[in-house]
Amino acid sequence: MTGDMGRPSILAMLRTRYFSTLGNAILSIISFSILALITWKVLDWAVFSAVFSAANGPEACKAVDGACWAVIDARWRLILFGLYPHEEHWRSGLACGVVVLMTVLSCLPYFWNGRSISIIWIGGFLAFYFLMKGGIFGMPVVDEQRWGGLSLTVFIFLTTVLVGTPLSILLALLRRSELPWISGVTGIIIDSVRSLPLLTILFAFAVVLPFLLPDWASGDKLYRAILGSALFFAAYQAEIIRGGMQGVPKGQEEAAKSLGVRYRHRIQRILLPQAFKNALPATINQFVITFKETSLFIIIGFFEILASGNAAYGTGNWTFAFVEVYAFIALIYFAFVFSLSRYGAFLERRMDVGDQ
Amino acid sequence: MLSAWNNIKLRNAVLQILYVGGFVALIVTLIVMGRTNLQEQGIISGFDFLWKATGWEVSFSLIEFTSRDPYWLVLVVGLLNTLFLGVIGLVLATVIGVIIGMARTSANDLARLLGATYVEIFRNIPLIVQVFFWYAVVTRFPGPRQAINVGDSLFLSSRGLYAPGLNITGLSAFLGIVAFLTGLGVIVWVSSAQQFRRMEPARKSRLRWLILLVAFVVTTVIFWIGRLPDTTLVSMPALKGLNFRGGIRVSTELSAMAISIAIYGGAYIAEIVRGGFKSVGRGQIEAAQSVGLTNWQVFSRIRFPLALRAMLPILANQYVWLIKATTMGIAIGFTDFFMVVSTAINQSGQTLELLGILMGGFLIINFTLAAVLNRINRAIALKGDQLRT
Repeated sequence: MTGDMGRPSILAMLRTRYFSTLGNAILSIISFSILALITWKVLDWAVFSAVFSAANGPEACKAVDGACWAVIDARWRLILFGLYPHEEHWRSGLACGVVVLMTVLSCLPYFWNGRSISIIWIGGFLAFYFLMKGGIFGMPVVDEQRWGGLSLTVFIFLTTVLVGTPLSILLALLRRSELPWISGVTGIIIDSVRSLPLLTILFAFAVVLPFLLPDWASGDKLYRAILGSALFFAAYQAEIIRGGMQGVPKGQEEAAKSLGVRYRHRIQRILLPQAFKNALPATINQFVITFKETSLFIIIGFFEILASGNAAYGTGNWTFAFVEVYAFIALIYFAFVFSLSRYGAFLERRMDVGDQ
Repeated sequence: MLSAWNNIKLRNAVLQILYVGGFVALIVTLIVMGRTNLQEQGIISGFDFLWKATGWEVSFSLIEFTSRDPYWLVLVVGLLNTLFLGVIGLVLATVIGVIIGMARTSANDLARLLGATYVEIFRNIPLIVQVFFWYAVVTRFPGPRQAINVGDSLFLSSRGLYAPGLNITGLSAFLGIVAFLTGLGVIVWVSSAQQFRRMEPARKSRLRWLILLVAFVVTTVIFWIGRLPDTTLVSMPALKGLNFRGGIRVSTELSAMAISIAIYGGAYIAEIVRGGFKSVGRGQIEAAQSVGLTNWQVFSRIRFPLALRAMLPILANQYVWLIKATTMGIAIGFTDFFMVVSTAINQSGQTLELLGILMGGFLIINFTLAAVLNRINRAIALKGDQLRT
């Protein structure tokens, strides 16, 4: 009979928490009804009255009110791998797995030093690239034109970050240069890129540049667009790193200078490690934003995950099942973005505690 | 030679000249190469094309536009559409953001949970996915004959949303709304700015009502001037034949864009609002309660003004971001500034000039918005004598 002790206190707690005043009671009831309604509707739609198997074709879905996950069952390969050759799909899947492993590894504080992080990211990128491209270990070559779906999204993200990060450090160092013209011009470059929409930059690099450059200098459209996206990333990331650098006490650099430490070592061993630590939460946030923004590549004509999703419900008899396809794509983005941003918030709290 | 390298002044000067020179050389090379390349394709650079007829139409325009009108006018159409969508999106996003943000700072944990669910779902899905989703939703409404009818005045159909409207030109509608919003902005400024701090409450209240009246009258006059000849002022949508006549039609593209920007932006603004309220010190609220202010007074005199000051700079960045996000309209065919420019590049081939106009246009929009918000921010920031803690 231990419940006898607990019961009145739970009631009392409910009353003080949710029904203390009339306003609070109304708020509680409204919030609870909305939450309950949404939960019930979503569960009912997505689970209880849904069709999961594509065995009976699209007609099976039309008979029920719930979600038609059959479209995912029928088309998941198209959404995840795009036009990648069917028998090589395992390579595309494995390559995405490598990237997930890489992301998890770089979240562990054990690897938080310049060398490990560089090895993890460059090694992961090479593994991804050769798995996708083939040509070694007897894997047939698959050109970039045939990459698509989730793996193309991941490739765009990886390359953007790998090209953009060194560029951002360079821009941040140039902007805090003591020479007024160098810092001034760098400031203008950074601010102009930041005040333009990413889409216009992608458009300029992917679509307009070939009109301006001779053929030999144009290169592949995908890499031009990624270069534009890397430049955009670098302009934002440079400001984040600069903010981190401002958090490093000036005395430290002056002390190193007076000991005769060379510029390169002052930057490499004193300034950057601390700047990166200060800028870590904002950097993770920027990575999250960059991952979300890879979806813009659909507009300049790449077959990334959103485009392959549009194709998945746009053809054949599945045109009615757009909600399910978008929900599936949204879920993939959500899983990545939500966990990374939670991790960022956790780090921020941990560092706040450390600073106190 | 070595001594010259050791001369710091000389070395710095050389480094700077090399850096700036290299940057300028890169830009000039690009432009010169582009010009010769384009000339080979028979396109003469210059801005003469702006006065030529476009030969194509736009699907949505606030001002009169036909395919015989010149290029400069189509650019204006695009710019107005961007601003129009921007204003609708920002206002709706702010309303949603404030409501959800308040829910997230509420003492009631059910309301907090509701707010958190909203923010986490809509912030973590890319805007463009949401745009495609809402576009798919609004284009799948039933056709005009089976349109969803709300009180015989609102009709939802796959061709767009039909609502009662005024028989006025799009431009005057736009100007009227801008005028009214400006009036509201001035009222906010009067309520919170330094210059009016020492004004008597009664006089201040009278001033605010006066401004509201003026804004209302000016808006009405603008609408009246812009009314279409030979029509009643208010027009109701009605089904005639296969489609609706009368009223205003909100196109599916515009509504999909406005809904997505409002929902996505609302999630971000909610976080900013929450941050603003969290930054208000507990001590200040407790002090206000202990001198006997009511809950409403604590909110309207202490928490809200202090929170607003904390959130305005971040809010300004978010607004600039949302304006830039209107460019995604091109994905579903909303003729905003970006889409108009890219179509013009395709049609006329005046790549360099149009690219310059595109970038210039966005720089001007964003710098203006940033400058206005900075002014407001400075006007309501805490000044020296208020900083006693």
